[in-house]
Amino acid sequence: MSGSKFTFSFRKFQSLFALAIMVGALALLSDKFFTPDNSWNILRQISVNLCLSIGMTLVILSGGIDLSVGAILGLAGAVTAGLLKNGLALRGLEARLEFTVTGAIVAGIAVGGAAGWFNGFAITRFRLPPFVATLGMLSIARGLTMLWTGGFPVTSLGSTFGFLGTGAILGMPMPVWIMLALVGSFVVVTQRTRFGRHIYAVGGNERAARLTGLNVPRIKLAVYTLAGALAGVAGLIVTARLDSAQPNAGLGYELDSIAAVVIGGTSLSGGRGSIGGTVLGCLIIGVLNNGLFLLNVSPFWQQVIKGLVILVAVAIDKLNARGRES
Amino acid sequence: MSADPNIVLAAAGITKFFPGVRALGGVSIRVRRGRLLALLGENGAGKSTLMNILSGVFLPDEGTLYLDGRTVSFPNPSAALAAGIAIVFQELNLIPHLSVAENIFLGREPRTRFGLIDYPQLNAAAAAVLKRLALAVEPTALIADLRVGQQQLVEIARAVSVDARVLILDEPTSSLSAHEVDVLFSVITELKSRGVALIYITHKFDELAHVCDDVTIMRDGCVVGESLYADLTRDALVRLMAGREAKETFQKSPAVLGDELLRAEAICLPGAGAGRPFLVENISFALRRGEVLGIFGLVGAGRTELLETLFGLHAKRATGQLSLEGKPINFTSPAAALAAGLALAPEDRKRDGLVLPMSVAANASLASLERTLHAGFVSATRETAYITPYIERFRVKTPSLDQLIVNLSGGNQQKVILAKWLATGPKILLLDEPTRGIDVNAKREIYAFIDELARLGLGLIVVSSELSEILALADRVFVMCEGRQTAEFTRTDATPEKILAAAFPTKTASAA
Repeated sequence: MSGSKFTFSFRKFQSLFALAIMVGALALLSDKFFTPDNSWNILRQISVNLCLSIGMTLVILSGGIDLSVGAILGLAGAVTAGLLKNGLALRGLEARLEFTVTGAIVAGIAVGGAAGWFNGFAITRFRLPPFVATLGMLSIARGLTMLWTGGFPVTSLGSTFGFLGTGAILGMPMPVWIMLALVGSFVVVTQRTRFGRHIYAVGGNERAARLTGLNVPRIKLAVYTLAGALAGVAGLIVTARLDSAQPNAGLGYELDSIAAVVIGGTSLSGGRGSIGGTVLGCLIIGVLNNGLFLLNVSPFWQQVIKGLVILVAVAIDKLNARGRES
Repeated sequence: MSADPNIVLAAAGITKFFPGVRALGGVSIRVRRGRLLALLGENGAGKSTLMNILSGVFLPDEGTLYLDGRTVSFPNPSAALAAGIAIVFQELNLIPHLSVAENIFLGREPRTRFGLIDYPQLNAAAAAVLKRLALAVEPTALIADLRVGQQQLVEIARAVSVDARVLILDEPTSSLSAHEVDVLFSVITELKSRGVALIYITHKFDELAHVCDDVTIMRDGCVVGESLYADLTRDALVRLMAGREAKETFQKSPAVLGDELLRAEAICLPGAGAGRPFLVENISFALRRGEVLGIFGLVGAGRTELLETLFGLHAKRATGQLSLEGKPINFTSPAAALAAGLALAPEDRKRDGLVLPMSVAANASLASLERTLHAGFVSATRETAYITPYIERFRVKTPSLDQLIVNLSGGNQQKVILAKWLATGPKILLLDEPTRGIDVNAKREIYAFIDELARLGLGLIVVSSELSEILALADRVFVMCEGRQTAEFTRTDATPEKILAAAFPTKTASAA
């Protein structure tokens, strides 16, 4: 019995061990790795992926998938940047709405949330598979971004907005503050609220959840809306850090985000996993990217290695699951 | 190994460990040509693990398998199948969007000269197998369009069609109607006469008399008894299985009927697509406080659909009037039905009742989570405090509340579902096949709980296709056949003959 207890706790912390081993190895291999500067660097780099991945974790826990978060990131960033720079022209009224920084930020997050809500609406109302619904949204959001920006970057957004990406409070970069606040909130949401428990129930067995009286469509709608809004937040960080909204920002980010969630031990079939795991997943990818860069590994090899890490992580998880079920 | 040439398949000293558990400890069984070996034991006794080893799903940690006296080893299911050992698992393993014929011959499809599937031959061969099982479905019908009972028969047809030397049937009758069971038994008799050896796992003793030759009884991963069926009494069987004196019958306490709780009038549920125009047709009944209403019917009689309609699952299609405690109500969703005090324990626990990746506590509290909040947040302490009395009351055997529900036996899973619903303080419990796939002892416990809940003033509706269960539990029995209500009996009037007569479709449908 004690043996099985040990393996159980080992399983729980295996991603932590993997991360510790990577950090240890990189600290030995590169003297630039284990420095305060580089540590902040890594945290700043993963903040965007972690914002996306928190939403992705909710979606995957509920038994779905969201391919549109990268595109929504781009759209939200472009909307905020455009509103800051040019305001909103009201056709017919010959007027122009000017936006404060706060207003533009709220609008960007709201656009992300609205795109997510539309995903949820298509999935619950028209019973579209999440893969298809969010694939559609990926294309829609990319297209809207291009329409909004005309295909050109929106730059010079001002230092107030830029603070969100480049500023620091008490020595900690703003993106890291945002990331920590979101992680804290969503750990509580998933572990300590009814809504969180209901997400697990819907992903674990949707039919049983429905027969238990849960409002499954409403829960899913909320999950996709949150994922969209979080992608919006990620879009703001990216835009603020670069002081520019690139029309193709966030291209392919959904895949990094799914990878982080999966490496963090969340089951793609739903109902099993945690925000904490996703944080580790993001850290593993972040440390790997950063370490390989410091070691001057070619970017092409970096991609190969990242792919292998995903495969190994999921393979280990599957082997454990097999042991658990028998 | 013994020289008895009639022993086709033998297992000697089979031991199998799973993490932290010894599932089998030195089990030996022998299966003889042309005979049926019944393998009995409570859930968790190790029967399914043993069958998984015989059919190549698991490798044993210790022990040897012998086929015709020669040592064999089955590293995978196809090796066992190639050696002539076929198995029908308790859970259905069919591919829903392939046809009946494609499922029966999956992996063994006849080919044309060009390597393509020879559909005329495939369908003809399937039709021949279906005929043997008297199963009136087209070989080209999709599995998804079949009733569960028919799907079960297709599964059996697949096993029969491989001309196996050893056929293992794991609770094959759990979703079959009485008539389908009879057909299965005649097929078994035919297979025996052709020299096929059978292993048969069941919880229904009544079935044994028709087909059984030898009995092996397992308990806690060991064989505790072997006998010819003819030499065993039912008492001895139950005693061996349980390992203690088990009281044979359940004594229902007399009903104390209160006010009317639920009245249903002219409930109809139109069928979707092909098949009967109405799945539930013009059903009316009343349920009083403290009453157990038993609904009997064959599989496909519309009983499950009736319960689902009452529970608000078919709000868009169903018609008819419902009233709760004299007030008309309209359930638009399960949530509305729950809020009004109804609860439904579904027939298929794993599919509809449990969230398998969740813990016992989380499953039990899922319907009453709002009662475990502390300042708006789920509090583990409160959750435990709230749910523990219910878990204890139903005597759920679990190492801890944090145990994953998937690791509990069927009986304990069902008890968790009862605990979950009771924690919502319901007025009416709808129980669909409450003891399906549950061992004898847990079954008796569940009967006692149903009885107790009725005495506490709940109204209960129990749907079952086990006649003995309905007779044991119900104050009033109503019988359904093909969606219609064909008879109603009080407890004193109800006899097996009368109930069965009402449950079978009459030849001329218009006469009914």
